[in-house]
Amino acid sequence: MQRFKSLTQHTGFAVAVVILALLIVWYLAALWMNGQQLIMTLERTQQPWTYLEIVRNAYGIARPPLPVPHQIAVELYNSIVNQPISSRRSLLYHTIITLNSTLLGFAMGSILGILIAVGIVHNRTLNASLMPWVIASQTVPILAIAPIIVVVLGSINITGILPKAMISMYLSFFPVTIGMVKGLRSADKLHMELMMTYNANSQQMFWKLRWFSAQPYLFASLKIAISAALVGAIVAELPTGAQGGLGARLLSGSYYGQTIQIWAALIMSALLGWFLITMVGLAERWILKRRGAVQ
Amino acid sequence: MNALNPDVINRPAASGRSMVEVNNLSLIFEANDAPVHALSEINLTIHKGDFVSFIGPSGCGKTTLLRVIADLEQATSGEIKVGGTSPSDARLNRMYGYVFQAPALFPWRTIRSNCALPMEISSQSKTHQHAQIDKYLQMVGLQDFHNKFPWQLSGGMQQRASIARALCLEPELLLMDEPFGALDEITRDHLNIELLKIWEATGKTLVFVTHSIPEAVLLSTHIVVMSPRPGRIVKVIESPLPRHKTLSLRDTDAFHALAAEIRQALAEDHQLD
Repeated sequence: MQRFKSLTQHTGFAVAVVILALLIVWYLAALWMNGQQLIMTLERTQQPWTYLEIVRNAYGIARPPLPVPHQIAVELYNSIVNQPISSRRSLLYHTIITLNSTLLGFAMGSILGILIAVGIVHNRTLNASLMPWVIASQTVPILAIAPIIVVVLGSINITGILPKAMISMYLSFFPVTIGMVKGLRSADKLHMELMMTYNANSQQMFWKLRWFSAQPYLFASLKIAISAALVGAIVAELPTGAQGGLGARLLSGSYYGQTIQIWAALIMSALLGWFLITMVGLAERWILKRRGAVQ
Repeated sequence: MNALNPDVINRPAASGRSMVEVNNLSLIFEANDAPVHALSEINLTIHKGDFVSFIGPSGCGKTTLLRVIADLEQATSGEIKVGGTSPSDARLNRMYGYVFQAPALFPWRTIRSNCALPMEISSQSKTHQHAQIDKYLQMVGLQDFHNKFPWQLSGGMQQRASIARALCLEPELLLMDEPFGALDEITRDHLNIELLKIWEATGKTLVFVTHSIPEAVLLSTHIVVMSPRPGRIVKVIESPLPRHKTLSLRDTDAFHALAAEIRQALAEDHQLD
């Protein structure tokens, strides 16, 4: 006998309920916030108003305090589909700029993170001297460091994508270092002894054992690192007078009170982050599968 | 020190037949409360071509003694020679193969690639590697599984792969630490016979740690009975059984008599405790 799950047991159903609840809260909050603004404007100009009019107009304001999802969706559609990709009015144009510096910063951060971890694992002095700095580096607010990096690099004629990528690197090397130190030290004791019986040198120990033992840790770290790199790229675009990128889009939106544009850029950043993490996850599955991991 | 001189290593043993010589060896682990006498005044000679089993209850130091031979532990006092040199030189010259209790295969390597590992480390040619792997996977009956990953094999097959891996380096000495301890009895019987065949075919010296009396009797030419607190050798029994053995040997009187002798040696010592 085949058994059917009841509707309420489906995960799809649960997700739908949560999304629906969020949308209801969102629209109610927008009605309240946008409505208040409408009422204030109408009263200032001493025009008569009814609650019905307020409800009817609350979702159609050009610069609402809280835009509603369908306004954001329309803005996303207009700024992606109705604009050529090379136009500064296209959201994709800005997304690609941010994506480029995210990927460059992520690559640099991952390599730096791995190198620091290798140093820390293999050298007692580096372990004692480097680790406190690595941790201290992350306690400094990135918003404070970002303009300094841009100015310092600018003074030695490094401009463009590199300063932004450096800030991404600054944020993304840390999880990689922490994960790799743990991973490189996670090699099975039995495997280490086996390598000792073969009289393996430390390079062979690294390339044939430690590196592979560290890989599950590496991929967990890379997922955190790539989202940190995205945050770094966006933050780097905020205070530096950047002309392009999701950060610049957010900033110009807030200058001109274009709340819908801000929200569209926010949604785009979230989608970009989701896409990047998914890509790392796919790479992980592909590599681990090739190496014979179960499933 | 001319211990690393290859001439000395390749022609060990002025004493000729001995592969492992242990004199008055002790090993004390410094613990927080009281030191643990893991091995106390061990004297033992293992001759080339012998199949020697260490048997005894847990804590008797049988695995520790094997690890001292393999240079995985350092003796506190006493002398030990492996193949005429120190255990350290024996290890550096890859003179022995070690089979652990667990197969210790690298999960990210196929069976073939796992067997290649020791030969990659000692920089042997690819053609030689493949020839060795084919030869020994055939010998342990895994030739059809060479491209599988460890998790695709049963525990018994994994342990056979780890034996093939140890054989690929052609060590004169094979050290095995309860290699079949985690396997069911039927698989264990089967692998015991396989191991005897390999030993007969290769003429290697085998040192084998076990806590199973029937296994020790079936396999060994010499049985070293050990006892704990402090870890020491109680008795070394030379097996009267023929070197060539079959499973049916287990139903003979000679087999039972030898098993009884081991059991008695283990029991006598317990009364002293």
